[in-house]
Amino acid sequence: MSRRGLGGVAAVLALLLVFPFFAGTYQTQLLMYGLTLAIAALGFNLLLGYTGLLSFGHSAFLGTGAYTVALMMRYLGVSSLELFILGGVVCSAALAALLGVVCVRHTRIFFAILTLALSQVLWTLAYKFFWITGGTDGLRVPFSQLTLLGGLVSFPGADAFAKFITYYYYYVLVVFCACTALMWLIVHSPFGKTLQAIRDNETRARFLGVRIWRYRWLAFVVSGIFTGLAGILWVPLNGLVTPDVLYWPQSGKIVFFAVLGGFRNFAGPIVGAVIFNYLEVYAVAVTQYWQITLGLVLIALVTFLPAGIVGSAVRLGGRLKKKGSEQFP
Amino acid sequence: MSLLRTEKLKKHFGETRAVDGVDFTVNEGEFLSLVGTNGAGKTTLVNLISAFLLPDSGRIFVGDRDITHASVDERIRSGIARSFQLVNLFDDLSVLDNVALSIFAREGKTKRIFALADRDAAVAQEASGLLEQFGIGGKAQAAARDLAQGERKLLDVAIAYALRPKLLFLDEPTSGVSTRDKAQIMDTVSSVVRGGGITAVVIEHDMDVVFKYSDRVVVMHEGRFLADGPPEEIRRNSDVAKYLLGTDV
Repeated sequence: MSRRGLGGVAAVLALLLVFPFFAGTYQTQLLMYGLTLAIAALGFNLLLGYTGLLSFGHSAFLGTGAYTVALMMRYLGVSSLELFILGGVVCSAALAALLGVVCVRHTRIFFAILTLALSQVLWTLAYKFFWITGGTDGLRVPFSQLTLLGGLVSFPGADAFAKFITYYYYYVLVVFCACTALMWLIVHSPFGKTLQAIRDNETRARFLGVRIWRYRWLAFVVSGIFTGLAGILWVPLNGLVTPDVLYWPQSGKIVFFAVLGGFRNFAGPIVGAVIFNYLEVYAVAVTQYWQITLGLVLIALVTFLPAGIVGSAVRLGGRLKKKGSEQFP
Repeated sequence: MSLLRTEKLKKHFGETRAVDGVDFTVNEGEFLSLVGTNGAGKTTLVNLISAFLLPDSGRIFVGDRDITHASVDERIRSGIARSFQLVNLFDDLSVLDNVALSIFAREGKTKRIFALADRDAAVAQEASGLLEQFGIGGKAQAAARDLAQGERKLLDVAIAYALRPKLLFLDEPTSGVSTRDKAQIMDTVSSVVRGGGITAVVIEHDMDVVFKYSDRVVVMHEGRFLADGPPEEIRRNSDVAKYLLGTDV
């Protein structure tokens, strides 16, 4: 990464660190939602942006992470977030490994439809097995029963919400930073370059001796783990998990994150997830026709900024730099 | 000593006999040209040998090993690599990454997930060196899609060459480039391949190129071999003159 890039990352990180001090509880909570969804977007984009596979079923992993937390809390009496992360990641990885075997043998529309169909199977299971999952009522995950850092931090009492938001924000921020760094490493590794090669030219990659199926499968599993982790972190914040989290519009939202920010850019889906979260919250607050607002944004994006917000900003920056160097060589 | 041989290799597409019982031998160290009119079966033969297509019947051997049913990666491990008639690059990756990826694949390093690709000094050095050899070292950081056609052709060959094969198939390395670029490309390819001690089979239409660079020429016509020999012998062959050049000797 260039010095300017590192400087930008440091500035954003500094801003994120001080954010709760001047933004208040509600805004911190909103940003936290954005950061958890950004982890899902990072995972999703390993498939779309770097491997060239469009999944319409990532709600399956988000829901698996969330339901694992809720089920562990309800039936096993677990309260430690670290154990939730362990359990949720294992379940998401297992699900991704299983679904991946079926899905990654196909590409393009067939892959998209398969992921969509399989995620809908999970939604149906969550909906129908109501004696386990709570059906449409869902399962509660109250923050007051949550502990962080192996039980060192807990949130008992009715007035603990503000404390929960502050502590949980920094917890989510650390996990978000770790996930971002890890994903950056993955996409810049020989494995990540191989995924990009498969995306660009599958035939040529095959004739380098790359076993395409294995790489796509592994990318699918990693992507599922990241999205599952997002679901794990999201559910204590939401306080409740219902089958809605597994339903296809949730997958559509994750696709929206990537399109909004720009999926051919590492930071694009992160920015997209955070902005989408604000957009959705404020659109819902302003009008009952909030879906129309989001639809219009999507149409405008595809029409005028096909590279997404970050992608377009990078392009504009490149053009300005080129123009500047031509004027002042 | 033969490096590769086929026995009665056959591939039909419906009524079309693309490759029709061909016995083909490639000897170690030679620079061989495979020529013929369009539809003669040259590319199909290379596709069969490289596992791009499966034969209807017949066998393929590398040394004594039967690779008829071997997968693409098994064939690559047995020392066969190829470039493509239509340039096949990783367009969004840099020129350097295109070649580095080939080296990573050869070294079995593509599975490395927790290491930065750019920090592998040995691979970066080898990739840079190869690009210099192929005359496109100055474009190492450019995106592959931004290269000119002649440079794209060279990169296509460089990617295959970076696998360090024993036998390299080059499918029309000079197609779609100007006459001036043709000579430059063939000079570069020929010197790098011969310098690396690699056996090469080149599919080529331009007979001037074929006669200038080849040790041996094999002529195909309607899925069969019409002639096989050194360039001078092929030049004098009346069948070749009739079917390939459309003239009398």
